[in-house]
Amino acid sequence: MLGLNGRDTTLLVIVAALALLAPFILNPFPTDSGLAQFNAGYPDLMQRFAIFGIFVIGFNILFGLTGYLSFGHAAFLGVGSYAAVWIFKLFTYNVVPAILFSVVIGAIFALAIGFISLRRSGIYFSILTLAFAQMSFALAYSVLSNPKFNLTNGETGLQVYADDPQMFHGDHLPNLPHLFGLSMRANYEMSVGAWDFNFNAGYYVCAALLLIMFYLSMRIFRSPFGMMLRAIKSNQTRMTYTGLNARPYALAAFVISGMYAGLAGGLMAAVDPLAGAERMQWTASGEVVLMAILGGTGTLIGPILGAGFIKYFENIFSKINDNVLHGWFAFLPDGLEDFIVAILHPFIGKGWHLTLGILFMLVVIFLPGGLVEGGQRIGRLFRRKSGKDDAEKATQSTPAE
Amino acid sequence: MDAIILQILNGLDKGSAYALIALGLTLIFGTLGVVNFAHGALFMIGAFCAVTLQKLLSLSYVVIDETKTDFMGNPLKVQAPYVEKWFGPEIGEAIINWSVPLAILFSIPVMLAIGVAVERGLIKYFYRRPHADQILVTYGLAIVLQEIIKYFYGANPIPTPAPPAFAGSVDLGVALGFDPNAIIYPSWRLIYFAFAALIIGGVFSFLQFTTFGMVVRAGMADRETVGLLGINIDRRFTIMFGIAAAVAGLAGVMYAPINSPNYHMGMDFLVLSFVVVVVGGMGSLPGAVLAGFLLGILESFASTTWATTTIPGINQVIIYLVAIIVLLTRPRGLMGRKGVMED
Repeated sequence: MLGLNGRDTTLLVIVAALALLAPFILNPFPTDSGLAQFNAGYPDLMQRFAIFGIFVIGFNILFGLTGYLSFGHAAFLGVGSYAAVWIFKLFTYNVVPAILFSVVIGAIFALAIGFISLRRSGIYFSILTLAFAQMSFALAYSVLSNPKFNLTNGETGLQVYADDPQMFHGDHLPNLPHLFGLSMRANYEMSVGAWDFNFNAGYYVCAALLLIMFYLSMRIFRSPFGMMLRAIKSNQTRMTYTGLNARPYALAAFVISGMYAGLAGGLMAAVDPLAGAERMQWTASGEVVLMAILGGTGTLIGPILGAGFIKYFENIFSKINDNVLHGWFAFLPDGLEDFIVAILHPFIGKGWHLTLGILFMLVVIFLPGGLVEGGQRIGRLFRRKSGKDDAEKATQSTPAE
Repeated sequence: MDAIILQILNGLDKGSAYALIALGLTLIFGTLGVVNFAHGALFMIGAFCAVTLQKLLSLSYVVIDETKTDFMGNPLKVQAPYVEKWFGPEIGEAIINWSVPLAILFSIPVMLAIGVAVERGLIKYFYRRPHADQILVTYGLAIVLQEIIKYFYGANPIPTPAPPAFAGSVDLGVALGFDPNAIIYPSWRLIYFAFAALIIGGVFSFLQFTTFGMVVRAGMADRETVGLLGINIDRRFTIMFGIAAAVAGLAGVMYAPINSPNYHMGMDFLVLSFVVVVVGGMGSLPGAVLAGFLLGILESFASTTWATTTIPGINQVIIYLVAIIVLLTRPRGLMGRKGVMED
């Protein structure tokens, strides 16, 4: 189907089902129950899942296939956001032109930065991309927001004001980003028994784009072009000796991943019409690297898993506080309960970064292939068990030696 | 002329910090071949050694001063540090005031221990993994160290003053033959520069003039042969990691009075230090030091009003611009050896 083989079609269908049914799947606990804090089915978080999913899928096309570790990818996300907000300010709140423009701007930026950075590889490439991203961040933060030429609005962040021209903004249209009149904040809440499910227009726009982008990345992975990118990763020297110039391929991958990042940035502005320079800071670039590694680089589903994992735990760990912990461990004797809560205290609430850092280190140390490799190992464990049973049966019939 | 000298001096303190961190990074890269993203965190921990010592020394107990009364008419409660009780008020006060220099002694064993522990406990397992994995695991380590510090010390910067003797400024202009008040420079920054020069000189002479340093240099050139000669090069490299951590830590201790330490100061310096290392040339110790000072001074020149009015924002991007130009025109850096990481 759609030019995919059977396994990939299954994967695409699974991802599509997960994305479309996310409001149900992410809301497994009744709204009033104690476990409701583990629900992730509210619009804001679901949007972030989809947006960061797109961002990481794009990053994975570069890092997973070509092995070029870019430490400045957040720059493209940032310029994408700025581009989208400028469309909102100047023309219309409709998200379609805004998103298209942010993709184009992301591509132009990626072309310029990639053209220069790809002259070097390995750590030098990382440092070059990092330098460009930090430059963009510094410029967006300070210089490009002077009164004469205010492109970024500096520390406050770029946003839409009432006196902006908005040339094509009809009076009947919502005064927020919208898709041909359907506000991105439009939300339909469905109550089934004790459960409340949120269906959010913004989320479904993001999810639809996520599916398209996932499909595209699948096609890239399976294409001859993807094969070339893998060749760059496995042995660039040999590729050059066979008479192929690696740089155009790497540049194409870089621009594609820049477009993904620009799209993610545009979507970020589409669900919340605000763009700030801190989106371009190198820690943001580091976060996308974290997500890609955690999920499993070079795999199709890994980036989505990684993005979901980090965003989910970021949200959950930062919500849990001491009272919640006391609630969980209430069945223990008082002294023990206090002791356990005291031990867990640094890892929750504001300390979730610590948990994330430890998790990340564990994954890099023990599971270089990320969550996907973890899943495969578990799968193999079961398969080996059943395989062992067969082997045992075989040895029983013919005793060894 | 005096303006130029002033800018050079202004660049020296940041340049010293860059140079010290870059020196440690290069030591680790040159010996172990590991790209250490946690080095900024080690710098930060050094600064927090100074904070810790200052807090420890000013631990106080409450005494009731019978001679004075507060506004309610009750005897006044006075916080009296223990050190003043033990050593008498004058020496005690001096100890508290001089806590930052004292923290040098305190931080060396701490940082050596942390460095050796990190190398034996974590980095050791990453020699054979790709550079990307090393970057990632040390990045994770940096996050963890940073968050631990944040947990214990909070997110706000903690002011850590220099000893009062160095709190003021000196009028260097007079000493150099310019008009008075032409070049006024904070004394602590001069101290920082002198200290950095001392450390850098110490590290270089340690490598150059001791047997241990000779073996380490030999190991940097050809690890396998040194191993075959029956020398336990791994242990020496571990110690070098500890020394590199101590250098970063000392840079942090002395930097505490210049910039109040906060938990993410390391990350801010790390990115720039990497740029410094690359500009100087991966694996070249003199290159790291030279590039550190050079970029520090360049940054300070770019921050002058003249530069910022000519090219707005140049002060924010100058280091990255230089790095990009150097990487594109001379990828092995200013003083990098031919063939080391040159691709």
